Amino acid sequence: MSRKLTIRKGLDIKMAGGLTDLAAVDAPRSASFAVIPDDFNGFVPKPAVKEGDRVKAGDPLLFDKRDSELKLVSPVSGTVEAIVRGERRKILRVVVTPDADGASDRAVFQRGEDEASVRRLLKNSGLWAMMRQRPYDIVPNPESVPRDIFVTAIDSAPLAACPAAYYNDSEALEAAVAMLAMTTRGKIYVGRRSDSGIADIKGVEMVDVGGPHPAGNAGVLIANIAPVNKGETVWTLDLATLWRIGRLALTGSVDFTDYVALTGSEVVKPKVWKTVIGATVGSLTGGQLAADGRHQRIISGNVLTGVTVAADGYIRYPYRQITVIPEGDDVDEFMGWASLSPRKMSESRTFPGKFFGKMFRPDARLLGGRRAFIMSGEYDRYMPMDIMPEYLLKAIIGRDIEKMEKLGIYEVAPEDFALGEYADTSKTEAQKIVREGLDYLRKELE
Amino acid sequence: MLDKVKPHFQEGGRLHAFHSVYDGFETFLFTPKSTSTSGTHIHDSMDSKRTMIIVVMALVPCLLFGMYNAGYQHWVAIGAVEKPFLSLMLYGFLAVLPKLVVAYVVGLGIEFAVAQWRKEEIQEGFLVTGILIPLICPVDTPLWMIAVATAFSVIFVKEVFGGTGYNIFNVALVTRAFLFFAYPAKMSGDKVFVSTDAIAGLGEGTVVDTFTGATPLGQVAVQAGEETVRITSTVGDTVTTSDMFFGLIPGSFGETSTLCILIGAAILLFAGIASWRIIVSVFAGGAVMSLIANAFSTPEYPASMLSVADQLCLGGFAFAAVFMATDPVTACRTNVGKYIYGFLIGAVAIIIRVYNNGYPEGAMLAVLLMNAFAPLIDWCVVQSNVRRRERRLKLKITDNE
Repeated sequence: MSRKLTIRKGLDIKMAGGLTDLAAVDAPRSASFAVIPDDFNGFVPKPAVKEGDRVKAGDPLLFDKRDSELKLVSPVSGTVEAIVRGERRKILRVVVTPDADGASDRAVFQRGEDEASVRRLLKNSGLWAMMRQRPYDIVPNPESVPRDIFVTAIDSAPLAACPAAYYNDSEALEAAVAMLAMTTRGKIYVGRRSDSGIADIKGVEMVDVGGPHPAGNAGVLIANIAPVNKGETVWTLDLATLWRIGRLALTGSVDFTDYVALTGSEVVKPKVWKTVIGATVGSLTGGQLAADGRHQRIISGNVLTGVTVAADGYIRYPYRQITVIPEGDDVDEFMGWASLSPRKMSESRTFPGKFFGKMFRPDARLLGGRRAFIMSGEYDRYMPMDIMPEYLLKAIIGRDIEKMEKLGIYEVAPEDFALGEYADTSKTEAQKIVREGLDYLRKELE
Repeated sequence: MLDKVKPHFQEGGRLHAFHSVYDGFETFLFTPKSTSTSGTHIHDSMDSKRTMIIVVMALVPCLLFGMYNAGYQHWVAIGAVEKPFLSLMLYGFLAVLPKLVVAYVVGLGIEFAVAQWRKEEIQEGFLVTGILIPLICPVDTPLWMIAVATAFSVIFVKEVFGGTGYNIFNVALVTRAFLFFAYPAKMSGDKVFVSTDAIAGLGEGTVVDTFTGATPLGQVAVQAGEETVRITSTVGDTVTTSDMFFGLIPGSFGETSTLCILIGAAILLFAGIASWRIIVSVFAGGAVMSLIANAFSTPEYPASMLSVADQLCLGGFAFAAVFMATDPVTACRTNVGKYIYGFLIGAVAIIIRVYNNGYPEGAMLAVLLMNAFAPLIDWCVVQSNVRRRERRLKLKITDNE
């Protein structure tokens, strides 16, 4: 079964530093691995190990205070090196040093055939935490029962690698679907590119999504197929997570193999690394970045939704991409707002680059001062959902819960506002506003 | 150089009181080095400075033509046969320069002061307002009136609401309305639209006997009871539709040339700054209302006899459609709302013009009126989105029962 969905509102940002070769290369061994609870919004971490403990790949490092079955697990076998805490003893990360011989000792999980045991298996294996739920864009609540499940097999974000090239293992995908189907009475949808080579999966409604970014966002899939109503919950996951669930179903243990695209204009030769979840950034960027003396920004993720990481940090959830761009705080630009340089990246036709530019090398500058909402419709242009983004943002800023609900806050995630935030002439921090709004709403209502 | 003086303006520096002003100049001259700390890591190069400057550029054709026309009208009024281009332009330039300077000094002065007081960055909204004000005022408006009106509207229409982006009414139009209602004797009739005095020795001469300085719409408004409307130039020649289109007629400084306004519209639409939805629907609303007026034309309301083309070319209609109605802050923000908003501006402008002989021109009042209604229109549009969501939910609940 398949259906078609073509996105018109959207934008593929033309950036330099894209992949030319999709073949994965084995990454150098990472000296340590980390699990960072902040990546799992909604998860309330409590340590399951002490420093010095030995763990296998798949053994729990942290469990959730609300439900001790829900765990974040170690991606490798080794020794717990540190549980790093920040202010008010908040757990920042759990670092694991892998075994020296590189052998990976994997925890084996028992699976039962009923719904309760499948849910327990997903929670115990750490894969539950790799999924997200709407409303709130958080790790699914331990009790949550999804109305439907949406899988995105597309990564349409700038410079991203197509996940179908690495996780398209129909045996695993079918096994995963069979298992996930036990958790919902609704449907499972998989959004794919029609040319991605992902075959129809039994029991799944395949959606061929066409058009520019955000075609690969789960929010777009949901909004155009079956929007989330108040009181409903849906789960979203990416193809890699679906594949891991499938591998778990087939082998009884979790496969933490991870394909990370190293991209961006500051990368000498963009490539796809085959590594393991939670590896150090240094193991992927070492010797790969341009030594041009410019300040660089290393982003775990893409330029729209990723997080800035330190050169000695760790790759962050969803473990798909590292983008390195110039920071830009070392650039002196005279009257940049009046520039007619074809190197300026913009969607405005007042910049010649809109017509002549090929691939841009944007840096991280805001390129303008923060303002109130002045121009209208800038968010609408990039949001293929039945949402009034400006009004929703205003309702969130005003902390007006009733209005937020009416305007559909349950249907959105911060990433849905990312393209608008990029184009916004008033430089509004839209994703931050939405994230805070979702957290506020959850705190008030739960 | 800027870096050298920077410490003086920072906290504790002796010029800290002018921090906002320094900041304004620094961000004007150099792109700020501040980088993104949350959300997207890259941003579009478009910012509000560039947006505002493009609008100013789009107004330049109107400004230049306004200078020429101010000179031209003056030369016609003194009965000169030769109309040397450079003298006309220089005359117009000298006529408008003091008004531009006054509008900018007063408006920006208040903006700078308020920004400093609120410890905010200076915002660029007034760059556009400052050039709009002289363009929509008659050429002979006294400077002190412009100063008072500008101060009034910047303070009471913009700053009390929170500054650029928060105002309900178009600041430039309120300035104009303030002048219109506070000094009605001075701001309408046949005295102000043509400059009859010499400026700096330019254009010396006595006004010809047959001179009358009324604008075409002003003439029409007083012709109640006559079978046909006659529109004449200041010295009695007939004015054709093409004169109205090209703009060699008396009127507010920058509003007379529909051609130049359309050039400005082209710039704004190309740049994607003005909403084509609004511009198109204002003209559509005006045209529809003119046709209705034509269909029920009566000598009691002489303006009802004007053709559609005349209606759209005369007065401030085209200028309002392109530069006033499209102000994104005071217009409707939803796409559907923009159609309704624009159409009603066009229709109301013609209604006021035709059915109220006391107000020869309705474009200004129509835009201000619709400014007030814009949030309501948007509310209705947003409400339809809300209702769609509620219906979906209700459907779901009944499905499950």
